[in-house]
Amino acid sequence: MNAPVATHNLIKGATGDWEIVIGMEIHAQVLSQSKLFSGASTEFGGAPNDHVSLVDAAFPGMLPVINAECVAQAVRTGLGLKAKINLRSVFDRKNYFYPDLPQGYQISQYKDPIVGEGEVIVDVPDGRQIVVGIERLHLEQDAGKSIHDLSPGASLVDLNRSGVALMEIVSRPDMRSSEEAKAYVTKLRTILRYLGTCDGDMDKGSLRADVNVSVRRPGEALGTRCEIKNVNSIRFIGQAIEYEARRQIGVLEDGGTIDQETRLFDANKGETRSMRSKEEAHDYRYFPDPDLLPLTFEQAFVNGLATGLPELPDAKKARFVSDYGLSAYDAGVLVAERETADFFEEVAKARDGKAAANWVINELFGRLNKEGLTVATSPVSAHQLGAVIDLIGEKVISGKIAKDLFEIVWTEGGDPRAIVEERGLKQVTDTGAIEAAVDAIIAGNPDKVEQVKLKPTLLGWFVGQVMKSTGGKANPQALNDILKDKLGIE
Amino acid sequence: MTDLTQLTLAEARDGLTARRFSSTELTQAHLDAIDAAGALNAYVLVTPEKALAGAKSADERLAAGNAGPLEGIPVGVKDLFATDGVRTTACSRILESFVPSYESTVTSQLWRDGAVMLGKLNNDEFAMGSSNETSFFGPVVNPWRRGGSDAKLTPGGSSGGSSAAVAAGLCLGATATDTGGSIRQPAAFTGTVGMKPTYGRCSRWGTVAFASSLDQAGPITRTVRDCAILLRSMAGFDPKDSTSVERDVPDYEAAVGRSIRGLRIGIPKEYRLEGLSPEIDALWQKGVDWLRDAGAEAVEVSLPHTSYALAAYYIVAPAEASSNLARYDGVRYGLRVPGRDIAELYENTRAAGFGREVKRRILIGTYVLSAGYYDAYYVKAQKVRTLIRQDFENVYASGVDAILTPATPTPAFGIGEMANASPIEMYLNDVFTVTVNMAGLPGLAVPAGLGAQGLPLGLQLIGRPFDEETLLAAGEVIEQAAGRVSAPQWWK
Repeated sequence: MNAPVATHNLIKGATGDWEIVIGMEIHAQVLSQSKLFSGASTEFGGAPNDHVSLVDAAFPGMLPVINAECVAQAVRTGLGLKAKINLRSVFDRKNYFYPDLPQGYQISQYKDPIVGEGEVIVDVPDGRQIVVGIERLHLEQDAGKSIHDLSPGASLVDLNRSGVALMEIVSRPDMRSSEEAKAYVTKLRTILRYLGTCDGDMDKGSLRADVNVSVRRPGEALGTRCEIKNVNSIRFIGQAIEYEARRQIGVLEDGGTIDQETRLFDANKGETRSMRSKEEAHDYRYFPDPDLLPLTFEQAFVNGLATGLPELPDAKKARFVSDYGLSAYDAGVLVAERETADFFEEVAKARDGKAAANWVINELFGRLNKEGLTVATSPVSAHQLGAVIDLIGEKVISGKIAKDLFEIVWTEGGDPRAIVEERGLKQVTDTGAIEAAVDAIIAGNPDKVEQVKLKPTLLGWFVGQVMKSTGGKANPQALNDILKDKLGIE
Repeated sequence: MTDLTQLTLAEARDGLTARRFSSTELTQAHLDAIDAAGALNAYVLVTPEKALAGAKSADERLAAGNAGPLEGIPVGVKDLFATDGVRTTACSRILESFVPSYESTVTSQLWRDGAVMLGKLNNDEFAMGSSNETSFFGPVVNPWRRGGSDAKLTPGGSSGGSSAAVAAGLCLGATATDTGGSIRQPAAFTGTVGMKPTYGRCSRWGTVAFASSLDQAGPITRTVRDCAILLRSMAGFDPKDSTSVERDVPDYEAAVGRSIRGLRIGIPKEYRLEGLSPEIDALWQKGVDWLRDAGAEAVEVSLPHTSYALAAYYIVAPAEASSNLARYDGVRYGLRVPGRDIAELYENTRAAGFGREVKRRILIGTYVLSAGYYDAYYVKAQKVRTLIRQDFENVYASGVDAILTPATPTPAFGIGEMANASPIEMYLNDVFTVTVNMAGLPGLAVPAGLGAQGLPLGLQLIGRPFDEETLLAAGEVIEQAAGRVSAPQWWK
C-alpha cells in the first residue's frame, strides 16, 4: 500500500502536507434497446411509467430473462478497459426496500462479476500520464425514480428506469487529486463513447459517479474513506473531492477522526454532507438470484466482439502522432471524441496533417466552442475546411486571407475555391504589380526609407502598407523579397 | 346417466370424443358438485361463466373435429397460478383482490389444449404449509374421514384445495405446485396421484413464487394415466423462464402400462426412520413386493445425507421466500395499509397482509441471509444440497432406475391437531419429499391402499432427471395392484 509519494499532488494543511486518495464507482447506463431483464424500452424521456413491463413492476410470478445485447455491451466495455472477461459470472440479489425498487431487490453481480481487472491510461492536464486500475465491472439493474414534489400528500414513482442495464465500473484508489479524478472520468467516458456501450450523457444520468475520498500523511497507510454518492457532472466531481478532502483534513488537524460514511454532494452549496453512517448501512443480504442461471459464454463469443471493436482513443492517438506527425497534446485533443477524430482524418486526408490539426483545433474548435456547436453541427464541413487548406498549400491565398475565407464559408457556406475566384481573393504573385505598389510606398515615405536602413525591423511597417494597398492579396514571400531588394537591406 | 364427476380424466376425454356427453354437461356436473361441496372449502373462487363459455367452445371444436388433447375437460387451478382477469391471491390477504392481466404459462397451455377452468383452488398461503391451514380463506377439509369418526381432517398442503377437489370429484384434475412436497403429500393424504416433475420441466412464469430454485408445477389427478395426460399439457420449455429446460415433451401417456420388467428399484435405507409407523413400513414393503411381482428388481441403496435435508431445506426455501415476497409492499398492487411514512406503510401492509407462517418464514429467511450468518446457514445449506444431489447421482449411476419410498410419515391428520405442536413437527411432514426438490428430481405420489384408520396412504417414486416416464410406468403398477380408492361423499 505504500506506493511512492508523488510530491506534486500534495496539499498543504495547517500542520503539514496531506495526500488525497480517490477511487471511483462509475455507473454507466448500457446503450441497448431494451432493459437488462425485460423487453421494455430504455428510451429516455417517455411519460412517467410508459416504459414499464410486468417484470419491471415486479408483478407476481414475473421472471427476469437476460438481454444478450447488454451482455455483449459489458464484454465490449471490458475489452475496451483491457480487462479480464469472466466466461462465467453470477447474478445476485441485493435486498432492500424502497418504493422505486419494485422487486424489493436489485439484481446485480456481487462475487462473480462479468469483467475483472483492467486499466485506463489517463492524461492529466499538467501533462503527466497516470494509469488507473480497474478492479471490476459488473452488470446490474437501475432503480426507478421517486418524485416527492408533484403531489402534496404523496410521493410518486416513475418506473421507466427500473430495470435499465447499468455497468458499475469500480476503479482502484489510484487517483491523487481532483484533476486526476476528473481526467479519469473524462477518459472513461471517451472510451465508453468510442465503444458505443454508453452515451456518457451525464445530464440525462447515463453516467454517475460514487466517489471515495480519503486523506493521509504522505507515505502513511490509507485513511478512512467517505463515499460521496451519485455525483452527476465532471465539474461537480472535482468540487466534491476538493471540499471533502479539505473537510477531512480539517477534522484530522483538529484532532478528530473520520467516520466511514456515505455523503451527498450539494451542488448548490458546493459541499458534502452526511447521508448515513456505517452503522446505518443496509445489510443487503446478497445471495445468488435463483431465477437466473449463472451467465456463461464461450471465448469465441468474446473474440467475435473483440474483432468488431473500433479503434480506441489510445491507439488512435498513437497513430495520429506517428502517421500525421502531431504532438501528443494535439493528438490527445483530437481523439477526445470519436466524431472529432473522424472529422480531423477527413480533413487530413491527402493533406499535411499538422496543418489540418492546426486548422481543426485552433480555427474550427475555437469557433465551435464560441458558438456552442460540435463537429456534428459544424457549419463548415471537413470537405470545405480541406479546400481552404488546399488553397493555402497551393499559394492561391495567404494564411490571412484563409481566415477571412473561413469566415465567409462559416457564415455563408459555399465552395471555398469558387468563393476565392468570385471575390478576387487570390493572392497577387505578379511581381510587377507588387513592385508597383512597393515603389509607390517608397516614393511617398522617404523618411521611413532612411530609418529602415538603421532599424531593419521597420520592414514590417512597409509590408503592412503594401498589404493595405493591395487588399492583403500580395504574396507575403514575394513582397518581402522585393521590399528587401528595393530598400537595400539584408 | 352415470355421475360424470366420478369419471377419470381419461374416461371423460374418451366420452367427449365419442360424443357420449358434452363438455357443457360434464362441466355443469362439476359446477353442481362444487356447489354441493362448500363444506370442503376446496375452491376459493368458482368461475361458472368462464367454465360454461369454455365448455361451449370446446363442444364446438369437438363437433368440428379439431379438438385439443384436453378438449372440454374441466379442471381446477391452484390459486398460485396467475389467471388473466380472474382473481389470483396465493390465498394471502396481501393479494386478496389482485386480478392479473396475464396468464401463467402452465395454465395457458391447458387452455391451448382445450381444458375448461372451473375456478381457483385453495392452498396454504404462498404455498407455505403442509395442512392448508395457513390459507387466508381458511382450511380445506379432506373428503376422507377416519372410520367411525366425523373429525375434520386436512387434505395436506400446500396444494390442499387441489387434492381435495380431485378426491371429491370437484374437477377431473388440478394444477398444483410443489416446493418441498406440496403436491405429493396432499396427494398421499387424499388417495390421489400427484407428480412433481423435474425442476425446469414446467415453466414457473406467471406462478406466484415461493422458493424459486425449488418450486415446480405439476398435476394432481385421480389416476396415473390422468396424471400423464395432464402433465403433457403443463410441461414444456418457456423462454420467459430462464430455468426452464429446452427439451421435447414426451407422450407421457404412452409410458402408462409400459412393462417395468428388469427395472432396478432402489430402496433407500436412510428413509427407514426411527419411529416410522409399522403401518407405513408395511405399506412400503407391499410396494416393493408389487414392483417385484411385475418383474422389477429391488435393491437397497444409500442416500447418506438424507438426515440433513429437512434442515437445509428450511434454510434455502425461507431464504428465497424472504426475497421473493419483498415485492408485496403495498406500493403497486395488492393490499395497502397506509402509514405516516413509507417505512410505516410497509410495516402496516405486511403486518396485516401476511399470516403467521409466512411471517415466520420471512424472518427465518432474512436471518439466514444476514451478514455474519450467511456462511453458517445459507452457504452450508447449499453445500448440503449439493451433497444430496450427489447422493442421488451416485445411486442412479449404480444402475438404479427409480427409488421407492413412503410419501408421508403418517396418514392425514386432523385440522387443528397440530395447532399446539412446534412448527418443526409440521415441517416433518416433508421429510420424505424435500430431498427430491433439493435435488431437482421428479417425484410421483401414488395411492397404495387404505390404512388401519380407513385413510389413504401413498408411496413415492423418485426418478432420474427428466425420466417422469419410468415413474408413470411403475406408478401404474402400484395403482393396479393396490386398486383405486374413492372417498365416501359425506358432504352431499
